[in-house]
Amino acid sequence: MNPLIVIGPVVLLLLVLGFVTYAIYFERKIIGWMQSRVGPNQVGPFGLLQTVADVMKLWMKEDIIPQKADKFLFQLAPIVAFVPSFVVLAVIPFTDQIKFADLGVGLLYYLAVSSITILGMLIGGWSSNNKYSLLGGIRSTAQMISYEVPLILSVVGVILSTQTLNLTEIVNAQKNVWFIFPQFLGFIVFLIASLAELNRTPFDLPEAESEIVAGYHVEYTGFRFAFFMLTEYVYVFAMASLTTILFLGGWHAPFGLTFIPPIIWFLLKFSLIVFFLFWLRATFPRLRADQLMPFAWKVLVPLAIANVFLSVILKELPIIQAYY
Amino acid sequence: MLRTEEMILNVGPQHPSTHGVLRLLVTLDGEVIKEATPVIGYLHRGTEKLAEDLNYTQIIPYTDRLDYLSAMTNNYALVHAVESMMELEIPERAEYLRVITMELNRIASHLVWMGTFLLDVGAMSPFLFAFRDREQILDLLNELCGARITFNYMRVGGVKWDAPEGWLRKVKDFVAYMRKKMKEYHRLITGNEIFVQRTKGVGRYDQERAIQYSLSGANLRVTGVKWDLRKDQPYSIYDRFEFDIPTGKTGDLYEKYICRMQEIVESLKIVDQAIEQFPEKGPIMGKVPRVLRVPEGEIYAGIESPRGELGCHIVSKGKDKPWRLKFRRPSFYNLQILPTLLKGENISNLVVILGGIDIVLGEVDG
Amino acid sequence: MTEERKDQSSAESGSKTSPIKKARPVARRPRAKKEEKPLPPSPKQSILDNYVQMITKKVHEDALEESYINRAGEHIPTLVVKNEHWFEVASFLKTGLHFVYIQNYSGVDYQTHMEVVCHLYSFIRKERIAIRVKADREQPTFPSLTSLYPAANWNEREMYDLLGFHFEGHPNLTRIFMPDDWEGHPLRKDYEPLDKEV
Repeated sequence: MNPLIVIGPVVLLLLVLGFVTYAIYFERKIIGWMQSRVGPNQVGPFGLLQTVADVMKLWMKEDIIPQKADKFLFQLAPIVAFVPSFVVLAVIPFTDQIKFADLGVGLLYYLAVSSITILGMLIGGWSSNNKYSLLGGIRSTAQMISYEVPLILSVVGVILSTQTLNLTEIVNAQKNVWFIFPQFLGFIVFLIASLAELNRTPFDLPEAESEIVAGYHVEYTGFRFAFFMLTEYVYVFAMASLTTILFLGGWHAPFGLTFIPPIIWFLLKFSLIVFFLFWLRATFPRLRADQLMPFAWKVLVPLAIANVFLSVILKELPIIQAYY
Repeated sequence: MLRTEEMILNVGPQHPSTHGVLRLLVTLDGEVIKEATPVIGYLHRGTEKLAEDLNYTQIIPYTDRLDYLSAMTNNYALVHAVESMMELEIPERAEYLRVITMELNRIASHLVWMGTFLLDVGAMSPFLFAFRDREQILDLLNELCGARITFNYMRVGGVKWDAPEGWLRKVKDFVAYMRKKMKEYHRLITGNEIFVQRTKGVGRYDQERAIQYSLSGANLRVTGVKWDLRKDQPYSIYDRFEFDIPTGKTGDLYEKYICRMQEIVESLKIVDQAIEQFPEKGPIMGKVPRVLRVPEGEIYAGIESPRGELGCHIVSKGKDKPWRLKFRRPSFYNLQILPTLLKGENISNLVVILGGIDIVLGEVDG
Repeated sequence: MTEERKDQSSAESGSKTSPIKKARPVARRPRAKKEEKPLPPSPKQSILDNYVQMITKKVHEDALEESYINRAGEHIPTLVVKNEHWFEVASFLKTGLHFVYIQNYSGVDYQTHMEVVCHLYSFIRKERIAIRVKADREQPTFPSLTSLYPAANWNEREMYDLLGFHFEGHPNLTRIFMPDDWEGHPLRKDYEPLDKEV
């Protein structure tokens, strides 16, 4: 048996944990900078160990299960939420070489497995036996299921062009032109829908602090709470990777700058997306729940469907079809 | 048929956006509010009762703690009522210092409102920007009277401290700075599509209802009533300045925001003019007897605080202590309209509508 | 309220209070009027006379107990309304004279009697008016204005809570600031705090 099969995921897990640690640090630093503050600067040099300290704190905190909560489900929820977020990483090709599972239906696998997390949130919100967390759980379920539809529809254009669901092949099809250009409409819809899937501003209703305190994880403390947070940031990692792969040409270098290794290109594009997510958080207010649903069904879904038709038509036109 | 059930949700007194210790008992049908009942009194300190055992100068620090976001206007409300009753002459310099500090405090208070309101809407950055600019005002006032929030600055007959060397120049610099920042706020917030969507047409009420509930301040002006005590029942030296009263038409939250932002601009205008007219020399305290004995009788005198009409009702029996001291606290009046505004609204609008009213719980509870 | 009743109530509560404070509030107003005599007539006098005339004509001949100009600060026309006509006078002021806005609404314990003062404003006339009503100290009862002015709701609850006034016809007369099981009404002059040291 190839030892890499065992070591690889462990290394990836550590990498992802490292990413999450520093993504939180960068988020706080970037938002601090945008809000004319300093951000974390006390723990370690430049506050680099701040998140480590935060995790340590969560780890050592008392684990409280509310008396009237459904004990079993309450304990199960963080696991149900976290596991899919890590499992989806298996299909993501970081470069030509660095990838774990080269599934034929990679994209479908990602979209399908990632929706299991919703179940974890709903279970967590319901089993806490708290009205705020129930509201938060219902909100996040409604939101994520609604936005799954435009998210999937928006990538249909890409699938039509490449005629495959394999992510490696999708990247290879973008050797000359990234899909962000021919599939611009799809890209916009995908970006907005992915923001909603990630529960990030301006779609952070499930955790709207000023409305329902903290959403589905109100009652969670210590390490269980940390798992929910971890889930969220792992999804940021996964979604940013997926956006890079689907629309930004993955590890392919632009302008023939091939002397820079592919993994660096991947990381650069990936960081750009992550930065974009953080940037939005510092700029936008939050949508209201009853504005959120119409936006998905009345704006994003028609746009995504229009994009599918547009791709099909353009694919049949003589000169332009080279790009599709 | 599925069985549906109404849910009673307890919002507060420990909730991040009830702006203090307000408690709301909300009956929900799904996410729609059926009924909302405010429960207040968590911050009741019995200021009115305490005041009956204190002489007038001793009451001033207690007024600081009513509306802790604009202590200057609170100081003035009490001092103004006592002065009107005693028919005291106030030196020019003191009047100008009062106006400058009150207007600066109004700007600070509106900035806090703007920041927290945007926080209720879900935007984080404006809150920190607003506090950054408010800090400048607090520094100025701190230099003047040694306190950042509870100023205890005004006295019956004048003010406690004179402006230090170069203070006016700093205020002037601040006015220029703030004017620049106002543009920044408008760029960041005013045109933002999500902000407009969340506030336009939300929490509307008409003129008639606003008057029925005796709303005051921006809450009343936003429905189109041009009612500002600084103009309509002029006190102090407000008749010497030129400024407008911003009003709205529809009475929704967006107009409240625009209205309050314009009020900041108008306050800057007043501060600017006050610095221009500021007398070079002169006393800051008028001739006041050592022991303040307010003549027998009764008075109600109102002033325009950032939240509305802040009045002081004094019943005196000729002693150095009031027989009865009652504050007409604008937040208390303004909050009463909340249950009618919330009926039938989505729960996400709850915090926004509450935030729009601009309450300070210290004032509501007295 | 008749003269005898007023005297009676002042005598009743007077027995409990110190001799200095005794009967002073009753004598207060007539004496203040005497002092005012050398003063020039108030610019608001004609307005006040007009109000008095209209109220005696339209509401009840006997609705008002007294009327005067409160010279402290701005000259405010003040009407002392009889308790039983309080609601009618207020509703006439609201509908007939457009005094639609409550500026202040407070209650006072004068030790001889209880009093409610209401300062109203009319946006059409641009005038202020103060109306006052007295009640017996032992059982202060007033007609509620909540149905006329919704803004009066919490104010009346506040007065009930802090002064023990009863407002007849109030939809929800419960304590508003103090806990529901609180004993006594703090703003009454005979209130004894639980712990006198504090």
